[in-house]
Amino acid sequence: MALNVLMFYLLSAVIVICSVLTITTTRILRAAFYLLCVLVATAGFYFMVDYQFMAGVQLVLYAGGIVVLIIFSILLTSHINHKFARPEATRLIMGVLVGVSGFALSTIAILKYAFTPTTNPAMKVDMQAIGLQLLGTGKNGYVLPFEVISILLLAAMIGAIIIAKKGK
Amino acid sequence: MLQGIPIASVLIVSSFMFFAGVCGFIIRRNMITILMSIELILNAVNINMVVFNKFLFPDQLQGHFFALFIVGIAAAEASVAIALVINIYRRLNSISVDKVNEMKY
Repeated sequence: MALNVLMFYLLSAVIVICSVLTITTTRILRAAFYLLCVLVATAGFYFMVDYQFMAGVQLVLYAGGIVVLIIFSILLTSHINHKFARPEATRLIMGVLVGVSGFALSTIAILKYAFTPTTNPAMKVDMQAIGLQLLGTGKNGYVLPFEVISILLLAAMIGAIIIAKKGK
Repeated sequence: MLQGIPIASVLIVSSFMFFAGVCGFIIRRNMITILMSIELILNAVNINMVVFNKFLFPDQLQGHFFALFIVGIAAAEASVAIALVINIYRRLNSISVDKVNEMKY
């Protein structure tokens, strides 16, 4: 077995096991840790398909930013030794039913569909190509969504400050 | 195909992650764990975007940029959601979705 196939199975195992543990563990801080494992394994996956910039963004923003935010809010809002009660049976059954049936349906659809890759020569994904396309205005230019998302981030930041600050 | 890894196996892993997120969204009652389930769902979508880009259309970068923008939007969403959770905790002393029904009349 080639080394990258082995790596793929390792990362897939981490993703599958940790995403199940994220939604089943009874301790909230452990759920955050398992979520971190899933996100880091995803970043490893981006490294495998040779998108280094995407992997870096994943590590910095998801694993570094969002998980730290979540852990902060856990520490602010719940006791560290607090254990959840088990969910009631009907909700558990409904949730597992939705998950399993949806997964089965999408797996069947994926296995039946014949994916046909393009025959055009592959593009070299380096930082220069990403930067030129991200701020380009012509074909394959993404400057408009880039600006829109900058305004969205500003609005989210101001909104978060206003919402979370102490009222009078 | 990427040196012996078929695209279907990657998509199955990401769809497992997606439905784990959906399942957690239904099962969990704590707001922060629901937020974690949403992050799982968004992350699965991101994997799909990158994989379709790399395996099917390697001459373009569209899936890559979609994934980048989704990460940015997820960060904005998480910050606002956590601000809301902290505010709700301060007012009601609980972040269980069963107990947050003050605005119902």
